[in-house]
Amino acid sequence: MGGRFLALFLVAATIALVVVGTLWPVPAAAAYAGMSPSGIMHSPSTPESAVDNLAIAIGHQDWPKAYSELSNKAEFTEQDFLHDLTGSYPSLRTYAILDTYQVQPLHVSDSDAQVRLRMRWSTVVGTFLDTRNLQVVRNGDQWAPVWPIVKETRVPPQVIAVNYLRWDVIYRGPADDWGAQDVEAPHVRIVDMHPVERAAGVVVLGELLNEDVVPAYVSVKATLLAKNGSAIATEDSFDKISHLLLPKQVTPFLITFPNVSLSEVDSIHMDPMSNLVAASADPVVEIQNQKLSPAPDAIFGGDLVNQSGQIVNIAHVLGTFYDQSGQLVWVADQYIDRALLPQTPVSFSMPVPEDLARKVSTERAVVATYSSGGFQ
Amino acid sequence: MSRVRVSWLAVIVSAAVLPALAQSGALDLPKNIEAGSAFSIPTTGAGKATLYVAGPAQALKREVQLGQPIAFAAGDLSNAGHYLAVLRSDSSTETGEFDVAPASTPAALSFLAKPSRLPAGLQNGITGAVYVFDSFQNLITKPTQVNFQLSVAAAPTQARTVTTSQGAAWTEMNSATKEGNAKFVAQAGNVSAARVIQQVPGDPCGLKMSARQVGDKLQLETDPLRDCSGNAVTDGTIVTFTESWNGSQTTVDVPLKHSVAQAEVPARSGARISVATGVVMGNEIRWEGQP
Repeated sequence: MGGRFLALFLVAATIALVVVGTLWPVPAAAAYAGMSPSGIMHSPSTPESAVDNLAIAIGHQDWPKAYSELSNKAEFTEQDFLHDLTGSYPSLRTYAILDTYQVQPLHVSDSDAQVRLRMRWSTVVGTFLDTRNLQVVRNGDQWAPVWPIVKETRVPPQVIAVNYLRWDVIYRGPADDWGAQDVEAPHVRIVDMHPVERAAGVVVLGELLNEDVVPAYVSVKATLLAKNGSAIATEDSFDKISHLLLPKQVTPFLITFPNVSLSEVDSIHMDPMSNLVAASADPVVEIQNQKLSPAPDAIFGGDLVNQSGQIVNIAHVLGTFYDQSGQLVWVADQYIDRALLPQTPVSFSMPVPEDLARKVSTERAVVATYSSGGFQ
Repeated sequence: MSRVRVSWLAVIVSAAVLPALAQSGALDLPKNIEAGSAFSIPTTGAGKATLYVAGPAQALKREVQLGQPIAFAAGDLSNAGHYLAVLRSDSSTETGEFDVAPASTPAALSFLAKPSRLPAGLQNGITGAVYVFDSFQNLITKPTQVNFQLSVAAAPTQARTVTTSQGAAWTEMNSATKEGNAKFVAQAGNVSAARVIQQVPGDPCGLKMSARQVGDKLQLETDPLRDCSGNAVTDGTIVTFTESWNGSQTTVDVPLKHSVAQAEVPARSGARISVATGVVMGNEIRWEGQP
């Protein structure tokens, strides 16, 4: 009797959940099911539904279908459209998946409309936002978006001579005798460290210097200690650091301790770690026009210019912010979703918390680069 | 596996011997034996007996003829330490203890030299520690002279002689003021061990740059970077150029090449340009345009 009741209950609960999921789906599920975020399938009879359909096709990575939805197909090829969305060279965009999107009408008339499409892409290092303002034109009783194509610069075939240093390492082998020393780990030093309390918990900010003459793979671990000496929590900098430090290079780092209050902390034990690694001084990336726009909506932005011949597939910009006394105030970061081509500026912008932005007097950016087939 | 076997044999020896110790006589044993050397133990009486010898990581069992000396060939007892010998026959048990000392001639050195890389011109920055062993890997505890030598091309060799204490000797040396690889040698008797210490330039001593306008760019270039001992700073060292203009900044991190760092930044009248490497700041230029 009890088993039959349980079976009936499970069947009823399943039906109820299916109904709820169909009527009020989560946006990502709706997109994958071929529905708009509102959960209703539609034909492009309104500007919003036309952009909805385009976003759904992009979410499915059904590029021919997405391309076919556009009204300005004659201006570019499907390949250009694909490269606009996923990049011409391997980059974060290449492996990104459309997580969610929002369609926001800006203006509408009988014959055309302006609609903002905000696409949030998901990558292995978090999400990035791609916002496009689309003109949507009417064609009979149907609407079709005009895609504002952004054509990525192609690098012309050429030879670029590069003679930057490269470091190779021969480590101690198993056949070496007991007293034979291994290659010395690089000497690194924390030159600044400063804990701050934020709503999410305690954040430890700092800067790490490679004071050696060899490249170092670095990481920083911090342990918060209570008044009785016991460890409250241990965390490391994860990706909020530039892991590869060339000689005399400085990286900021940020370590987050969620759900910890600074009043609980008596002291902090810092543990910088360094390993000697093979590395190359190439590529060199110039950071131009760094500027912090003031609060509210404080944004630290600038342009990255790859001065070398090697294509940088992924660039990670870390911004360090100081107050008037030179005290470290905050560390922010941003991954660049497009590849850095030689001599081609790519802009970056990262938000800075409003309360901290008001204290910032100077700022500095460093960039970590990753190239497929390269050292970094 | 052999260690387990040796341990078992030691237990068996002890089990066989201990009950008989109360009625035992004393074996006539040499008091000091050098590890690996040949020696003999004289015996008295007649008949057959069994000799047990147990020591550190080694145990032996021999069937012997009483009245004849028991000969041990060179290399039979190679581990230095304290040994127990028991000669057991049907009628009596004789026991004795003896020490096997390490051979006096050094045959191997364990040489720890730290660090393998350090800045030039550092006082007592290099440490060398030596453990002296005989040919059977016994630590020679008898005081032994060890010569340390640190030699660099175009600089006088530093030498120290240290006598071991409990088998170990250590010393400190200064790194040379000139960069380059140093050969650090430890020698005891006829054996030596060598290590290579990389002496590298220290922090830059005075960082100075100049600027030159080429088109709409400023070409920035540092003077050759040297440390305070005059060594060229290692290529690959990162130098940061920062241009501040009208509330915005341009930064370039460039590696040294042939001791010089070069970068290009936009030429903007009124811009302030600074240079730094690590925690060393250089000069600042205020660019007022092409003179």
